[in-house]
Amino acid sequence: MLDLSVTELSAALAAKKVSSVELTGTFLERIDRLNGELQAFLFPESTREFALGQARRADERRARGEAGPLTGIPVAFKDIYCTKGLRTTCGSRMLEHYTSPYDAHVVEQFQRAGGVLLGKCNMDEFAMGSSNENSYFGPVRNPWDRRRVPGGSSGGSAAAVAARLAPAATGTDTGGSVRQPAAFSGVCGLRPTYGLVSRYGLVAFASSLDQAGPIARSAADLAALLNVMAGFDPRDSTSLERPKEDYLKGLSLELKGLRIGLPREYFGEGIEPGVRQAVEAAIAWFKSQGARTVELDLPHTALAVPAYYVIAPAEASSNLSRFDGARYGHRAKEYSDLLDMYCRTRAEGFGNEVKQRILVGTYVLSHGYYDAYYLQAQKIRRLIALDFENAFNQVDLICGPTAPTTAYELGAKTSDPVQMYLGDIFTVPAPLAGLPALSIPCGFDAAGLPVGLQLMGRHFSEGLLLGAAHRYQQATDWHRRVPKETPL
Amino acid sequence: MSLSDDQVRRLARLARIAVRPDESAPVLDRLNRMLGLIDEMRRVDTSGIEPMAHPLDAVQRLRGDAVTETDQRELYQSVAPAVEGGLYLVPKVIE
Repeated sequence: MLDLSVTELSAALAAKKVSSVELTGTFLERIDRLNGELQAFLFPESTREFALGQARRADERRARGEAGPLTGIPVAFKDIYCTKGLRTTCGSRMLEHYTSPYDAHVVEQFQRAGGVLLGKCNMDEFAMGSSNENSYFGPVRNPWDRRRVPGGSSGGSAAAVAARLAPAATGTDTGGSVRQPAAFSGVCGLRPTYGLVSRYGLVAFASSLDQAGPIARSAADLAALLNVMAGFDPRDSTSLERPKEDYLKGLSLELKGLRIGLPREYFGEGIEPGVRQAVEAAIAWFKSQGARTVELDLPHTALAVPAYYVIAPAEASSNLSRFDGARYGHRAKEYSDLLDMYCRTRAEGFGNEVKQRILVGTYVLSHGYYDAYYLQAQKIRRLIALDFENAFNQVDLICGPTAPTTAYELGAKTSDPVQMYLGDIFTVPAPLAGLPALSIPCGFDAAGLPVGLQLMGRHFSEGLLLGAAHRYQQATDWHRRVPKETPL
Repeated sequence: MSLSDDQVRRLARLARIAVRPDESAPVLDRLNRMLGLIDEMRRVDTSGIEPMAHPLDAVQRLRGDAVTETDQRELYQSVAPAVEGGLYLVPKVIE
């Protein structure tokens, strides 16, 4: 059961080969056994009964003949999703004891579908980080090599899916937080088009970039999850009103004649040889299937990281001003007056990376610096979006590595934040342009660590991306490999 | 450009984050590294380029002026650090 895809589990549940209670119990047992070392889930004991209760209700629903494709399927949620009556910490001391009074839209969508909330996943504090080392509750470990990071910020979700602690999970992606941990952990992750999935009930980080996305072991499973997650929600002012698509239908994509763009900037210096080899082999496979490759330029790629690290901190400094110790979350024990209460509460409640980004955001928005930083970054953002627009006049999708390296060792990049930020070079451009992008496993480096292949497409081209990824996965088995440190 | 100690203290005050004296050197160092990265962006000529605030250039959707939310004060205040009589308690602001 542990190694079955969402589609296979759905069939097993429908055929009554297994009940949701049994299935959920199987995963909970494995979490009990392996989570102590991986730390992919936060406080799994506190969500256990809730999960089993949802599983019972899913079984009852099935008995009534009202089951849908995801009824009874356990899904892990990044701890940035508000879950009514359950702790929602966002990886922060600020929300260590916070219990959400309401559910996020995506959580509601899974409940409507009869899904089981298996548990809450560890993450970088407030989704700020690329290694999961910024969690107040301690880092997640990579199931392929426990000395290494799983990627971030949805590192717990990716590690949980990789280690077969959950068949599927949700994440959020502001600058790569779904795709990069998917790449580092050898699983699949999709960042949808900006506005496709409602962010209602997700703790906000950078509102012009934040999107919610699924993490799973195959493109077909991503499609099944996206079917539940996507859709208009009036409670998110950026949610787009458009007809609902069935992403499972796009999976039978014809690759012959597909035009795949290869940006030179994504194959330059700084890419590890193991990453390059695996990505080039995947591209060769697409060519062997009749796809046509086109070398092209995305000339402003190198500016994406600097622009992102202006825009995201600026918006974070505004969004995180809500944590004031007055209405919810941590409040300092001792203070002299209101201002002192704010300052001490925030000094105690936020970790170093979050504080640093708030300070940078405050700086770039402050009087006299706004034009030089924030406005300039928004103009660069336009240039990056135009690069993509030009590219998509020539090609149907763009392909390259998800990250320049495979998973690095814990502590390797914590002393210099800039070194970690530069690793986001291939994942920040798509969010800046609002484009959908996904990462799927495409091989391993010499150390046995997974490599991620990134596909990016035009706005609302999720079906095409998932279809191309699905065809690749029908011919390869990289996505089926089980991490050696967490055998079945 | 590099920030000074004074500037960091000012930013910390604006951001409502207390920075202890022994923290200010490492904070300054990390902020300056980050600004070094960001500064690469400032050299680019962007004259005539329209800033992009929304990745799909969409405008904010407006809703009808109708009451849609119900009163859930008790539920929402159940997670507050200190409340009394339906009010959030904070230190006295006006003498």
